[in-house]
Amino acid sequence: MAILVNADTKILVQGITGDFGARHARLSLDYGTQVVAGVTPGKGGQFFEHGAHRVPIFNSVADAARATGATVSAIFVPPPFAADAILECADAGLDLAVAITEGIPVKDMIRVKRAMQGRPTRLIGPNCPGVVTPGTGEKSFGGCRIGIAPGYIHQRGHVGVVSRSGTLTYEAVYQLTVKNIGQSTCVGIGGDPVNGTSHLDVVRMFNDDPDTHGIILIGEIGGNAEVEAARWIRANVKKPVAGFIAGATAPAGRRMGHAGAIVGGAEDTAAAKIAVFQECGIEVAVTPSDMADALVRAAQARGVKLS
Amino acid sequence: MNIHEYQAKALFEKFGVPVPKGAPATSTEEFITALSGLPDGPTMVKSQIHAGGRGKGTFTDGFKGGVKFCKTKGEAREAAARMLGNTLVTAQTGPAGRKVQTIYFTVASDIKKEYYLAILLDRVASRPVIIASTEGGVEIEKVAHDTPEKLFRVVIDPAYGLADYQVRELIAKLGLTGAEAKNAARLVRALFAFYWETDAAMVEINPLITTPTGEVLALDAKVSFDDNALFRHPEIVALRDFNEEDPKEIEASRHALSYIALDGTIACLVNGAGLAMSTMDIIKHFGGNPANFLDVGGGASKEQVIAAFKIILGDPNVKGIFVNIFGGIMDCNVIATGIVEAVKEVGLKLPLVVRLEGNNVAAGKRTLASSGLTIVSGDTMADAAQKIVKLVA
Repeated sequence: MAILVNADTKILVQGITGDFGARHARLSLDYGTQVVAGVTPGKGGQFFEHGAHRVPIFNSVADAARATGATVSAIFVPPPFAADAILECADAGLDLAVAITEGIPVKDMIRVKRAMQGRPTRLIGPNCPGVVTPGTGEKSFGGCRIGIAPGYIHQRGHVGVVSRSGTLTYEAVYQLTVKNIGQSTCVGIGGDPVNGTSHLDVVRMFNDDPDTHGIILIGEIGGNAEVEAARWIRANVKKPVAGFIAGATAPAGRRMGHAGAIVGGAEDTAAAKIAVFQECGIEVAVTPSDMADALVRAAQARGVKLS
Repeated sequence: MNIHEYQAKALFEKFGVPVPKGAPATSTEEFITALSGLPDGPTMVKSQIHAGGRGKGTFTDGFKGGVKFCKTKGEAREAAARMLGNTLVTAQTGPAGRKVQTIYFTVASDIKKEYYLAILLDRVASRPVIIASTEGGVEIEKVAHDTPEKLFRVVIDPAYGLADYQVRELIAKLGLTGAEAKNAARLVRALFAFYWETDAAMVEINPLITTPTGEVLALDAKVSFDDNALFRHPEIVALRDFNEEDPKEIEASRHALSYIALDGTIACLVNGAGLAMSTMDIIKHFGGNPANFLDVGGGASKEQVIAAFKIILGDPNVKGIFVNIFGGIMDCNVIATGIVEAVKEVGLKLPLVVRLEGNNVAAGKRTLASSGLTIVSGDTMADAAQKIVKLVA
């Protein structure tokens, strides 16, 4: 078990013929992920070839899903067209749309989020590294890799990782793997202010997943999503949770790379979020090098085995 | 992206948001033409910089106030002459201040009462929100803290837009009636149209005023736009004022690097925004001070690494460099080669600590070690951070 996706999940890639999409479609195929279709309007009928793989390309998400049974999309479409690509997934009735694209206008996301309300399709991202459920093969191959994360640093196991930041997720995963602690699923929810899935959404899923024994929650300055997740954890989660908040030294009012990483008020500073984490029984990583160790401390305190 | 008050007000007028009559000027010659378009009598003189707190600011030559009320146009011209080309320091500019390159003259309106009005993203709702208050002309954070009951919020459903009943309710809460209510309703609708159609990130009018004759006017205007949406607004991109930006940040954006100058001594070069922020944090944690935020992105090239080094070294406060790369997909050896070339090209004399992890890391470390350069290697972020802090101490 894992959350969101597993080794059998069939995925399609929107924007598979662009440089970015093609590169990561190849890496996912190499990882053993079931990439069953590509979507590029106007290129339907062609094939995306990589080694022994011959992935059919379709003009629309609906066509691709119907023909191949794909239930999840990885979106690599350029920003001006990305909102449209997400809506197309919702209309085709996919289970999950993972939007990797960075730089989608906020207004487009406000409208997309409203349009997806009440529909069964879940959106992860945009501006995110994607989702990895590690496999059982060497270097975790044979798993499901959607997006741009390096698959090989993972290891199959029982820790759930959720983060807004790509490289910080890799940092946490790597620290775990080096300690021989595997992961159930790693989810990058993205650095934008309007996104489809929140920290709390993912924490709920990890809490319900019997295969996940511990959680690493990585956040940053801006917004209150981490605080919301932390309060829910205090009330509902018995599993050990470690947390880290990036941006303690960020100056107020400046956007730190991620559009969402901007300090607006007193409540969305790193210090305020760390204080809430501590209140809620989350073991706070003192530095980013301390994330896996912090989870080990939390697990020991609760007598939980992580691996 | 931020714009000046005079630019924001010109856009307001296009959308039907009433503002006091005004004109900008960038030279003493232009003062005369700008003022000739305004009626005789009380005039406001407003320094145009991208920072708040202008009225309470002080110029570096001791002249007080970046925004001045003048009884006559003659007085206004004298005040403007003191401000233009002078450097204004406010609570938001930092001690270096900002050089005033444009003056905005406006009619000094008769004020009956001041209000506050803003539109921005409500992150929790993922929808636009209008925030209004009967307490205008003061710091809104203070109002929110001391008298939250005087702050009104209207969340807008993007599927329907701003509804008339929402406007009526808001106006009623502000206590406006008659002609004032009618004018305020028109202004709120026009301001929302402006916010939505221009992809603004935030619009703030503080104060919004009523006049004795029933007019409702935006006395000030603070506007910023969503950078991600600029591609569809060339008319707004044209308003960018490079004088208001750090030249190093402009150079960085030219190389698709995300750079923000800070006031410490340890420069950072990192891939990924989250890792870049935490690299600054870990430097601070071990007693150092970061000189910048610098994200080279996920697919950094050799050219970008070289450009990044040059930008970092353009900051005279920098005493050491910390390179922190988690090359998940990115080849660590490509980065290492870029670092070696950059160090040679710029003739680096400062201490450099490099922490490389990820794809092809062994080859990357060999490239650094065999370069003949004094590059200190760090195994983990914590190890590397401690090393650079020690080296610059």
